Amino acid sequence: MTILDQVSRFLADQPPVLLQGLAGVVVLLGLAAAIAAVLPLLKPEKSYVELRLRISSWWVMVALLAGALLAGWPATVAMFALISFLGLREFLSLAPTRREDRFAILAAYGVLVASYGFIVADLYMFYLVFIPVWVFLGMPFLMAMLGQTRGYLATAATFHWGLVTCVYNLGFAAFLMRTPTVEALPAGAAGLVFFLLLATEFNDVAQYVWGKLLGRHKILPTVSPNKTWEGFLGGWLSAGLLIWFVGPVFTPLSGLGLAIMAVVLPVAGFAGDVTMSAVKRDIGVKDTSHAIPGHGGVLDRADSLTFTAPLYFHLMALYALDRF
Amino acid sequence: MSFLRSLLLILIFRPLALFMTGADVANRERLPLKGPAIIAANHSSHVDTLLMLAIFPSKALRRLRPAAAADYFLRDPVIGWFSRRVIGIVPVARAKAGSGEDVLAPAREALAAGDIVLVFPEGTRGEGETDEMGRLKSGVARLAEAFPDAPVIPVWIQGAGRVLPKGEVVPVPLNCAVLVGEALHWDGSRPAFMDTLRTALLALKAEAPPLRWRDG
Repeated sequence: MTILDQVSRFLADQPPVLLQGLAGVVVLLGLAAAIAAVLPLLKPEKSYVELRLRISSWWVMVALLAGALLAGWPATVAMFALISFLGLREFLSLAPTRREDRFAILAAYGVLVASYGFIVADLYMFYLVFIPVWVFLGMPFLMAMLGQTRGYLATAATFHWGLVTCVYNLGFAAFLMRTPTVEALPAGAAGLVFFLLLATEFNDVAQYVWGKLLGRHKILPTVSPNKTWEGFLGGWLSAGLLIWFVGPVFTPLSGLGLAIMAVVLPVAGFAGDVTMSAVKRDIGVKDTSHAIPGHGGVLDRADSLTFTAPLYFHLMALYALDRF
Repeated sequence: MSFLRSLLLILIFRPLALFMTGADVANRERLPLKGPAIIAANHSSHVDTLLMLAIFPSKALRRLRPAAAADYFLRDPVIGWFSRRVIGIVPVARAKAGSGEDVLAPAREALAAGDIVLVFPEGTRGEGETDEMGRLKSGVARLAEAFPDAPVIPVWIQGAGRVLPKGEVVPVPLNCAVLVGEALHWDGSRPAFMDTLRTALLALKAEAPPLRWRDG
């Protein structure tokens, strides 16, 4: 059997809707690249290096995530574990910790491994309580055992904030992959994750584009000086419409559940963005690293996802999925 | 042996350094690709050397030779073999400095052979986990004087002292930033050259992401 046959058989086994969705993303990105190529001809006085870097990075991110989604749940869970690791490493590197906290930092990575272990083992109830209850208690206990009480409460809170956002919340996106096939899913479990990523990132990009086009009135100048009301409202409307009209194609949501998702998810994306901005401002950095050219760090890209992933998961569980 | 060295560095050290530090490099294009050239970096951890070996473009990697203390890295045969053959160090006999013996001879030979020599002018890793720069030793100026055409590239490495501080054995994954500065050239005077280098390193440090400790 040639490689071509193997590829076509592999693709034939995938839900056709998922493939169409991925093809749609490729078309959208191609369109963005075309616009970025034409813009310098229309307005040659501006620099478009940043925009081109951004789009190039999007190609890489889309290729990696699409590859993982098509390869199945183990690859997708591994991909999100990697995203969580990179995000947590960025956060722990920038957040103020104490010299005695080296062991607590190692323990935080151990929590990441255990938490994703529950996803691999498909132990939903263990996953749900592990970080919010047991790590919440265990890490401060460990830190007390390290014997240093200077700055204790603030450091314990810092660790918990990092673990919940980077590991627990992002992990919900990975847990969607464990939705059993017996449930009526229009594009399989991968379709659920695909639409979460699509809606979240579409909202990010729509807010950015509306802000660039029409932005006049600053929404939160002390936290995130580039955010405007026009960007927020434009993004909300665009992403809301996308969820309402395209959501049923990839997810089993309909009616009230879909309406709530359409209204709330864009706001959660905005909230994640602004919250991470406040953290970055407090730490005194603009970007969490330079891991993704044109975008900044992994946390700069995944900030909205840390809020939308648990929201999407729980609305899905409430209105559509029997498993959770 | 050089082939084995490249293989180990690219297949094992590079992924390891990426995992432990993220290797967040600013202005990578300023790294020299051919010798003779001198890289002068601050020093807070063994991770510094690992990180520099990891970020160097593969084709220039065989030219990169970290200067390292002979009394520390050649103290026993196993570490000595590893230091010489894998890390590719040029030994500096710190203990013999000031005795009249030319402790920089191996570094000079390497530069004469067209290698890129990585030096840590602080002479040793900084104490504890402070990110302050220690006093710079003037050996780097003597090398620059001997090779006035070789560019001296200042590099600031931020955060390596947190990944593996002096005295610790277990490294902890945390992001490190590597800021590569613009090449300096020998200007005819050792004190003036050391001043320029110090200023360049501190300017890079000021651009690095903050390294904050919670002090209470």
